[in-house]
Amino acid sequence: MAEAATLAAESLAGGKARAARTVLGQVVLPGEELLLPEQEDAEGPGGAGGRPLRLSPGVRSRVRVVCGPGLRRCGDRLLVTKCGRLRHKEPSGGGGGVYWVDSQQKRYVPVKGDHVIGIVTAKSGDIFKVDVGGSEPASLSYLAFEGATKRNRPNVQVGDLIYGQFVVANKDMEPEMVCIDSCGRANGMGVIGQDGLLFKVTLGLIRKLLAPDCEIIQEVGKLYPLEIVFGMNGRIWVKAKTIQQTLILANILEACEHMTTDQRKQIFARLADT
Amino acid sequence: MAAEHKPRLSKNLLRMKFMQRGLDSETKKQLEEEEKKIIREEHWHLDLPDLQEKESFIIEEQSFLLCEDLLYGRMSFRGFNPEVEKLMLQMNSKNNAKETEDEALELDVSDEEMARRYETLVGTIGKKFAKKRDRANLEEDENGNLKTTNAKKVFLKPQE
Repeated sequence: MAEAATLAAESLAGGKARAARTVLGQVVLPGEELLLPEQEDAEGPGGAGGRPLRLSPGVRSRVRVVCGPGLRRCGDRLLVTKCGRLRHKEPSGGGGGVYWVDSQQKRYVPVKGDHVIGIVTAKSGDIFKVDVGGSEPASLSYLAFEGATKRNRPNVQVGDLIYGQFVVANKDMEPEMVCIDSCGRANGMGVIGQDGLLFKVTLGLIRKLLAPDCEIIQEVGKLYPLEIVFGMNGRIWVKAKTIQQTLILANILEACEHMTTDQRKQIFARLADT
Repeated sequence: MAAEHKPRLSKNLLRMKFMQRGLDSETKKQLEEEEKKIIREEHWHLDLPDLQEKESFIIEEQSFLLCEDLLYGRMSFRGFNPEVEKLMLQMNSKNNAKETEDEALELDVSDEEMARRYETLVGTIGKKFAKKRDRANLEEDENGNLKTTNAKKVFLKPQE
């Protein structure tokens, strides 16, 4: 990791754009410029030299590339805005796939489409203010619940936990949440039930736990009967049969970020015995 | 002298609607152009080079959902909340097992079976749209299928 970081720093100091394909899985730093596969071959030995080539349209057929979180498009260039490892997903159809930076951070920035856990902080007329951990509280209309009408208001109190989805989230506007999907169904969104425990973890851990082949969740699920809600804003809500079990689960989930697989297996084995 | 100094109407007067009927096309065009110029001058605009927005081949997307195929965020295990468990299956299968589901759907009713079923329906539906007079001509055979009897009605002479 440290070597990779120095490597990245060296290339950054050199001011030379690296090809995205060659740094997959390696550390990239903010401000660095990446070259997409079709851009790099233009920059062959003795080609454009130190300067990355600006693509002129129509020179060769280009494929669409999606740049995910941590990357930014600036004209024809691809810039890194976060520190982390560069990842790539092969496209399912045509195109150039998805590039993104897998970074560690605790601060949440609302993103359209994300499912998050929010806390209702105020009720003002037609909207609720919901704290989602972003720079600004999100607004949530009372009509954005399943089955809600002007006459039939949802039963939401200040302090309630809301599991919802962002429909508006950009740097210029107040984020807006809803608790229904495009068909008007709740699909599990809305007020999260009574009791339970809410705690915060890093955003990276949430993604790790929600990965389709995550062993931690499968092991946790075998331990006790429990219910969990993961918010992409780094909040986890757990509920088990007893308070003790709930606390154990919360501690495991918090700790498993920095545990090796063996350590984790040991702890799970010990818990299964008791 | 007097012919040279033919009194001319002012431009503003000529621009009025009722004056334009009598004008010839040449002056009309001239007037129109002048009017357009005036309007153009009154519009504000910035002295900027035209922005040439090229089609971009890099699409920005700030969500991890697209990148990492994350699961649905609500989970329940060992029957703690059956509702959520049902939901979990539904939401997570949406991503993974879409193709297998489609196949299963197709296998449910094959084309041949469908055709066989509709074969018997043709007569039944046909009966619905037939007129009363035609309906009398329709006869059911032993299979329950409908058959039209084409025997034309003729006057039968009563027997003595």
